[in-house]
Amino acid sequence: MSDTTAAKRSPWRRIIDEMVYGAGWLVTLLSIVLAMAVGAILIIVSDPDVRGTFSYFFSRPGDALSASGDAVWTAYKALFTGAIWNPERSWNAATALGPISETLTEATPLLLGGLAIGLAFKAGLFNIGGQGQLIVGAICANYVGFTMTGPPGVAVLAAVLAGVFGGAVYGALVGLLKARTGAHEVIVTIMLNHIAAAFLAWVLTTSVFKNPTRNDAISKSVSDDALLPRLLSWLPEGSGLRLNSGLLLAALATVFCWWLLSRSTLGFELRAVGANAAAARTAGMSVGRSQIMAMMISGGLMGVVGATQVLGTTNASHALTPQVDAGLGFTAITVALLGRASPVGTVFAALLFGALQAGGRAMQAQAGVSIEIVGVIQALIVLFVAAPPLIRGLFRLRGGESAQAALASKGWNG
Amino acid sequence: MTATVLPPENLAPVAPEKGRGRLYGGVAMVVVALYGLWAFGLGPRTSGTDTTFALNLSSASGLRLPDLTFPSAPVAIVLCLLAASCGVIRILRVLPGRWNAVLLGGYLFCFVMAFLAWAAAAKSLNLASVLEATVLASVPLVLGALAGVLGERSGVINVAIEGQFLLGACLAAFVASTSGSLVWGAVAGVLVGGLFGLLLAVFAQRYLVEQVVLGVVLTMLATGLTGFFYERVMQADPSRYNTPMAFAPIRIPGLADLPLIGPVLFQQNIIVYLAVALIGVVHVTLFHTRWGLRTRAVGEHPTAADTVGVNVIRTRYVNMFVGGLLAGFGGVWLTLGLNISFNKNMAAGAGFIALAAVIFGRWSPVGALWAALLFGFAGGLSDAVQLMQTPVPTDFLRMLPYLATIFAVAGLVGHVRAPAADGQPYTKA
Repeated sequence: MSDTTAAKRSPWRRIIDEMVYGAGWLVTLLSIVLAMAVGAILIIVSDPDVRGTFSYFFSRPGDALSASGDAVWTAYKALFTGAIWNPERSWNAATALGPISETLTEATPLLLGGLAIGLAFKAGLFNIGGQGQLIVGAICANYVGFTMTGPPGVAVLAAVLAGVFGGAVYGALVGLLKARTGAHEVIVTIMLNHIAAAFLAWVLTTSVFKNPTRNDAISKSVSDDALLPRLLSWLPEGSGLRLNSGLLLAALATVFCWWLLSRSTLGFELRAVGANAAAARTAGMSVGRSQIMAMMISGGLMGVVGATQVLGTTNASHALTPQVDAGLGFTAITVALLGRASPVGTVFAALLFGALQAGGRAMQAQAGVSIEIVGVIQALIVLFVAAPPLIRGLFRLRGGESAQAALASKGWNG
Repeated sequence: MTATVLPPENLAPVAPEKGRGRLYGGVAMVVVALYGLWAFGLGPRTSGTDTTFALNLSSASGLRLPDLTFPSAPVAIVLCLLAASCGVIRILRVLPGRWNAVLLGGYLFCFVMAFLAWAAAAKSLNLASVLEATVLASVPLVLGALAGVLGERSGVINVAIEGQFLLGACLAAFVASTSGSLVWGAVAGVLVGGLFGLLLAVFAQRYLVEQVVLGVVLTMLATGLTGFFYERVMQADPSRYNTPMAFAPIRIPGLADLPLIGPVLFQQNIIVYLAVALIGVVHVTLFHTRWGLRTRAVGEHPTAADTVGVNVIRTRYVNMFVGGLLAGFGGVWLTLGLNISFNKNMAAGAGFIALAAVIFGRWSPVGALWAALLFGFAGGLSDAVQLMQTPVPTDFLRMLPYLATIFAVAGLVGHVRAPAADGQPYTKA
């Protein structure tokens, strides 16, 4: 359908057409629904009480069905009330905002990480080294955080910048190797992840970093001056709201990425190299420089995640631990894929996954459903979104222009 | 992996580039060996002391070797000089590929032994237990790498080996515990790996999803599924659903009595023997059978293979399924081979190391074996050296194989090249 015919039709007709032909947004929505449905099946199958009712399914099917319904309802209700709004626990502004605060807190590192991976995608690079860049960034931010005491604002800024620096250097290394020798970024970043993890383990044994009062592997705590200020603690009874100004950093990073990709010369070069490296080279662009810049900025953004981990809310003592990365390097990949590597899409993807994680914790506490199911649902959403023909086939959509994948197939040689 | 992404002007002068690589590599070898000479041979730690290498496992029953005791400093000096001469040879002479590998192997051997002579100065290091740790750590890497080789030789990149490990380990532990039968557990673990490989192939071939991304997402799916299953079902009653079980070691008469390597290699359980056999089977299948020729043709030039009547898609599905079986078997090893109950995320990145072994081993089964042994050895060595209280932090030893892989893919040790159609879905025009 061309633009002119689409304009003539009424808006309702257009929405129905889009639904029949399976537009991109509908495929995404159906992917989420389908992933949640698979999650529901997992909840039912793994519940021992519900399994019990299925043993006499054919004599009294009502029991099994109502037990299944109850199990799923309890779990998903906890998911919703933990992530969005809990009507039973909303007697003042602070408690009403509690779930949203948790969702945004979880979404902050996901957004920053998703932007980082998405930016590399745009330049045709697959950065699975988020974990390593995050760790190096966290180490740098932690070091500045516990050595520096200064006027509020300066210390935290210095610590965040140290995180950016660490991540950017570690990321640029990948770009440099790729540009100079053609070493595939995927394998290099996997190796650098392991190297960073081993380096972190060593750092936590040195006297510079190791917290002398603790026996476990944990660093010194970041000084109070270097902590990211909380955003909602001024509300009455709001001291429990964890949302911190990392969210502002993430918002800033979103605007920066949008500007970089759609308004700057460098961003144009990145996208050109990502779309067709040979054509970009013919047009006089330096492919190597673009790759190095893309990996450097991507690593820098992952470094911000490392900084927000240490300076924010990851653990009560605001210190480095061997688990400081919390798997974010890999979750960020799914966020970027769901957001189709665009900054705006990444915002929505991060909010969705942040909500799933915040709600997942409530689900674990209230319904006894392990939070691991959130990882399953996230992976399934991305898998379905990546394969629009599968969704179209399942829901009998007629299929039209296929939604653009975030990354074209290339393999090791590309 | 390397050449095709270089700008064309860098492609033309191949020979000088290669010569320069040889020079840099050789100089690096000499410099590192001389550093070793200074640090290991002439340092205070080794001066006037003896190093002892124990050469028997505590469980060894056959011939026992006497402990090897020698003065630390002179031996370290000689070994480092030998290593340095390997580097000099590499600078001076152009060697054919096989001799190059031998030279590099000799260099590594001399350097590592010099390091050990230094690390264990005035102490005793059990070499046999390092070798055993190497073998135990290498088994899943070899099986996972064989899975990767089969897939990539047919043109499908399998980054989901980690996921196959986890699924195989989880289901093997669960089925073995509930049924009480190790064999059924192993069968279940192997099969789930195969089915997961098939799933990857379907998404890659039918829905044309980028394969590296796909593998990462599928690994996350498997991590979530096994973690959820573990916490929700297995943890509810560990004695019923998740008891540690293992195949009993099988002693090969005669060979198991050999000193040093006997108990390490010939007193293991069936999975180790099968893994060794599978290396041979995959090698012969890939390079000496009609199926292997077709697989390689599909991986290099699917259009040409299709033209002569090879069913490209079917070849890839079968290879990914069989590869998945092997990776699932690697997962079975993690629980039923090592006598460990399943735990969340227990593969701990081994699948990604197996992927590195595929590339480090240049997409060949035998190369993958050497790469896996190298990775396994570095792990076993750093565990053993940890007990020696050396000034070198063991975490740095742990990094070495990863650094080596980076050097390998960056072309500093030699160029690696993937099958030409690796990672590209085949669609008929």
